[in-house]
Amino acid sequence: MLDAEDWGAIWLTLKLATIVTILLLLLGTPIAWWLARTRSRLKSAIGAVVALPLVLPPSVLGFYLLVTMGPHGPVGHLTQWLGIGLLPFTFPGLVIGSLVYSMPFVIQPLQNAFEAIGERPLEVAATLRASPLDTFFHVALPLAKPGFITAATLGFAHTIGEFGVVLMIGGNVPKLTRVVSVQIYGHVEALEYAQAHWLAGGMLVMSFIALLLLYTFNPTRVVK
Amino acid sequence: MITLRFDVARKGFAMNVALALPGRGVTALFGHSGSGKTTLLRAVAGLERHRNGYLEVNGALWQDDARGVFVPTHQRALGYVFQEASLFSHLSVRGNLDFVLKRTGNNSAALFDHVLALLGIEHLLARRTTDLSGGERQRVAIARALLTRPAILLMDEPLAALDGKRKEEVLPYLERIHAELDIPMLYVSHAAEEVARLADHVVLLDNGNVLASGPAADTLARLDLSMGLADDAGALVEGVVTAVDAAYGLLQLEAAGGSVYVAHEPLALGTRLRLRILARDVSLSLQRPVDSSVLNQLQATVAALWPAHTPAHVIVKLDAGGTAMLARITRRSCDALALEQGKPVWAQVKAAALLSIK
Repeated sequence: MLDAEDWGAIWLTLKLATIVTILLLLLGTPIAWWLARTRSRLKSAIGAVVALPLVLPPSVLGFYLLVTMGPHGPVGHLTQWLGIGLLPFTFPGLVIGSLVYSMPFVIQPLQNAFEAIGERPLEVAATLRASPLDTFFHVALPLAKPGFITAATLGFAHTIGEFGVVLMIGGNVPKLTRVVSVQIYGHVEALEYAQAHWLAGGMLVMSFIALLLLYTFNPTRVVK
Repeated sequence: MITLRFDVARKGFAMNVALALPGRGVTALFGHSGSGKTTLLRAVAGLERHRNGYLEVNGALWQDDARGVFVPTHQRALGYVFQEASLFSHLSVRGNLDFVLKRTGNNSAALFDHVLALLGIEHLLARRTTDLSGGERQRVAIARALLTRPAILLMDEPLAALDGKRKEEVLPYLERIHAELDIPMLYVSHAAEEVARLADHVVLLDNGNVLASGPAADTLARLDLSMGLADDAGALVEGVVTAVDAAYGLLQLEAAGGSVYVAHEPLALGTRLRLRILARDVSLSLQRPVDSSVLNQLQATVAALWPAHTPAHVIVKLDAGGTAMLARITRRSCDALALEQGKPVWAQVKAAALLSIK
């Protein structure tokens, strides 16, 4: 069965995924809105950057994050100057890494949802005296609700499942950066297959249930 | 008074419009698709911004590029009805109407009830928008626009997405709005029938140009021809019911050019009716015909001769006591009768379609 360390890893994983999902919804919504509605030439470039984590090996992503946040990297310089210290191998560092890693899984469904709304409801709202901000909150957001549910589910599930990036920038610090996927790896290395089974099986079932709920109750939006 | 001027320059389309339109009643913007009528309406709403624009609606200045004035759409006192019903799908019918009330700070129950009754949608309040028929959806959209207490109502082909039966379901409501509310309307349409029924003033647009702008009856007579609708060309005649001949199922109307019979069930004396008389249903003779089966014979003078859509025909514009009428006759007959401007004739009207009851 699961021991205290396993439970610590599960708790840490859920905390990480929750924080990352909330931050990504907050940061990703304006980016997705901009991507959905802009006619700027920068759209393709920004869109490509957002999609990069989909195709890059996590080790490549983790390597650059490590270098950037390390003592000689620009983010490392900044955090040291601010007196925060260095981020790699800390929980905040893990959050930042996960934000980058899970970004496309949140932004792309939101962008699709905003694009699917089209121009018309926004124009209608304007003719009904709603200001652009009012329209965003009371027309665009409610109409994009299926996109938000998809984005939150995928962002959460994907953050739970990350491994490579965590290993590169988080290492394996109990209670700080040792998430479930790393814990499973540890069990397997130590030939503790029974405990690995419990954790791995748990994640399999959880992920399946999350996606099942998503596809059952949010069928209007195709998950890409 | 509505004064507007826009210069539209888009890929493959240019429009330079300057119009002064009446500040009351229904003004139809009429033309083929691609004539620029919807562009013009969107410019009035501020949904599109075009160069060198000027727009004043009954004293409210909404755009004057010379002085850098451009009032955004949500600050313009307008109601807009889109071609396809554009109800918010995340709200119920009631929610759609409340959306307006919350933003206009207008909680007059009397207005709310009046608008609901006017459009006959009281029983739909609790429904989801997806459960409504096309006609019901459009009536809710119109009610929602009216609840903004607009200084002007803009309608972009509100019936075009409906089939014939649904059109008939919504048209009477538009006529009621016209009759009961004192809100000027700009009504975009490519359907001559709707324009003939609703419009007081007609602007004819073609490929970005204003071909004509004037009172409905005059303009429609001209406009049918220029629209290439020669086969359906016709004129509007308004009259008042002066007698009911129930035995023969006829109404007698007093119109500007004389008295006219229409086949119709009895109506109250004094009712105002609008008729459409097609040019092909009017024939001409120099003397008053006797022993003719045609009931309606009006005295008129030839106002103009226009080429018809076939070389064999001529369209004769008539002046029947101040009302414009059209007759389509063969060029051969025209020459035989030696028709020319100012010549008195008798017009025989074989059929008149009743358009609307005012």
